Amino acid sequence: MTTTWDGRTGATALRQFLHALPGVDEVGAHGRAAMLSSRSIKADAKRRAIDLAISMVDLTTLEGADTPGKVRALSNKALRPDPLDISVPSAACVCVYSDMAGIAREVVGDAVHVAAVATAFPSGRAALAVKQADTQDAVQRGADEIDMVIDRGAFLAGDYAKVFNEIVDIKQVCAGAHLKVILETGELATYDNVRRASWLAMMAGADFIKTSTGKIAPAATLPVTLVMLEAVRDWYLATGVRIGVKPAGGIRTAKDAIRYLVMVNETAGPEWLTPDLFRFGASGLLNDLLMQRQRMSTGHYSGPDYVTID
Amino acid sequence: MNFDYAPAPESRDLVTIDAHYGLFIDGEFVEPTDGTSFKTINPATEEVLAEVSEAGPNDVDRAVRAAQAAYAKVWSKMPGAERAKYLYRIARLIAERSRELAVLETLDNGKPIRESRDVDMPLVSAHFFYYAGWADKLEHAGFSDAPRPYGVAAQIIPWNFPLLMLAWKIAPALATGNTVVLKPAETTSLTALAFAQICQDAELPAGVVNIVTGDGATGRALVEHPDVNKVAFTGSTEVGRQIQRAIAGTTKGLTLELGGKAANIVFDDAPLDEAIEGIVNGIYFNQGHVCCAGSRLLVQESVADDVLERLKSRLTMLRLGDPMDKNTDIGAINSPAQHARIAELIAAGDEEGAQRWTAPCVLPDKGWWIAPTVFTGVTQAHRIAREEIFGPVLSVLSFRTPEEAVIKANNTPYGLSAGIWSEKGSRTLWMAERLQAGVIWANTFNRFDPASPFGGVKESGFGREGGRQGLGAYLQREVR
Repeated sequence: MTTTWDGRTGATALRQFLHALPGVDEVGAHGRAAMLSSRSIKADAKRRAIDLAISMVDLTTLEGADTPGKVRALSNKALRPDPLDISVPSAACVCVYSDMAGIAREVVGDAVHVAAVATAFPSGRAALAVKQADTQDAVQRGADEIDMVIDRGAFLAGDYAKVFNEIVDIKQVCAGAHLKVILETGELATYDNVRRASWLAMMAGADFIKTSTGKIAPAATLPVTLVMLEAVRDWYLATGVRIGVKPAGGIRTAKDAIRYLVMVNETAGPEWLTPDLFRFGASGLLNDLLMQRQRMSTGHYSGPDYVTID
Repeated sequence: MNFDYAPAPESRDLVTIDAHYGLFIDGEFVEPTDGTSFKTINPATEEVLAEVSEAGPNDVDRAVRAAQAAYAKVWSKMPGAERAKYLYRIARLIAERSRELAVLETLDNGKPIRESRDVDMPLVSAHFFYYAGWADKLEHAGFSDAPRPYGVAAQIIPWNFPLLMLAWKIAPALATGNTVVLKPAETTSLTALAFAQICQDAELPAGVVNIVTGDGATGRALVEHPDVNKVAFTGSTEVGRQIQRAIAGTTKGLTLELGGKAANIVFDDAPLDEAIEGIVNGIYFNQGHVCCAGSRLLVQESVADDVLERLKSRLTMLRLGDPMDKNTDIGAINSPAQHARIAELIAAGDEEGAQRWTAPCVLPDKGWWIAPTVFTGVTQAHRIAREEIFGPVLSVLSFRTPEEAVIKANNTPYGLSAGIWSEKGSRTLWMAERLQAGVIWANTFNRFDPASPFGGVKESGFGREGGRQGLGAYLQREVR
């Protein structure tokens, strides 16, 4: 489904489709998320969940102050999160601004993915040509994943066709790179909007739907992720295609990460418990996962000095 | 990746269970006069947890006389603000000991620890906190300028929410100035006896709360005792009828909270994912041992297939097993008698031609278990659409129009609760006006709050528990 929705007829059909999706009851969604958060993951299950979570981290730095040195350090960390323990899996990906993609790629080779945030991240306020050029530049520098932002202004104005067509246009210049579509759920405000934006992105060709840029509060939350997981599950039931989900921003502890994994397991299903279909957009999270892992293997808590800062 | 959750059992060390329990009369644990006792069993393991005394007529008489004396000498003379202090103290003690009480409840009842920890115990202490606040404000509750308690309240509670039903009964009774004799269900006495210890710890005056354990005979002796002024009962409609007959012609006040066969009505514009959760919570919460359970799913035909498919896939995720495991969703059936009753009605569903689907889960070898069950192709004429099953069995019926939904929902002698799932507010209100049920939930189910009155119409009983209205059950009607 990569055709654009052209003209008034197409735009109307798209709007009618999105507005016919079942609503989300906010109280119910919060209740479900809270119930899933109460699962108790112990012992072996916890050990495996921590390793899985490590392998799902998109290790991220998205600062104006990023330097080649910082990106090299982070890329090395993605490769070997714990330099003293080779049994720790690599992170899934290094996630940087597009101009840093080449530096990350030099360090990681083919061992981990390199994602670049393109399309006038984080606001998305630029002309389509600029966004496409940004994307092409990132791919040329070695990014094999593109994290694009949707035009939230157009979405909130009800111009779904514009948002849709832009995703299609970016996908065209991705040249095979995986496309993650950032909905910026903190700006969409309602769960009904999150559901509609999720479907819109999947219909337009997203390989992943991602909650947030990390620049807007609230970023990822459990209920928002629940609604997105329901969307990819329903999309799979309708099309047989599995789309990935990436909560990003605000997930800092191993305990949080495990709650997300439980939610994936009991909402989309165990098939989604792979870095190909679920990622965490995070920076600090990795260290807490490592500290918890050390605790489980040694039986005592280490401390922040026993994990690398980047 | 297959994400198998490792066992996460709650520690049993949190509770000490005595080998034997006496009756709690006049502030002390005493032995029954004829010395009989019965065993209380963990329904998940069939392990005997303790021996509990059986109160005979003499013991019931002792308890009623203790309650009467405490009413006359202490409780009726105490200002409401002072009664409130005791209720607040009890509420705090329950909150402080909630982990322990949750474990005890789960061991004795078979319900999952997640539920006793996250639902039952928080509501129990909340109920005492709520009614503590009313104790010194009764004249502002809208009943009369000088509201008068009955005196001695006889209270009989069921086994499905043992401590919560105790709280629903005792908190408003004490707040309004009554003293009580309470009989817990014979299969679930332990948390009531733990509550008796909490009354001692709170230094509640002797005789204000008395707890007599035993079976139906004990309950009958209590109801028929001439010095009882008020009877409050939660349980089956059949026993409710017997009680009403027994006290006919007396001046005893009566409130009854009886059975139900609630309709959970899902429209095609429902928030579907939350509706699925609501259906699950409606009938599989507490193994379906809920008088207001949403045991009849009425689903609009245009979405029926979709809803059923989603429901079944959700039910395959439910975790049935050790109630003490923190990840268990479905626990044990409370007693072999209840298990037999549920099995009989499931068999009736099969015989009458409804299509049965059972969630694929492995039932433990010991204890009493029933896997979540869904019957489709059910019609109004089927027994499983009419009789209260009180188990994890859902009967699915469909409807085409809101009018038809109302007619089908109301076509039952019961009238305890109903649920409406729709994103259209005007339709929800239209339905709520027409549904004959004491409690109607919109886009949720089985949600309780001490400030919200609960109770039935038709053969589901009369009187309200919870909220300002709940005070009325324990205040005498003024004759003006």
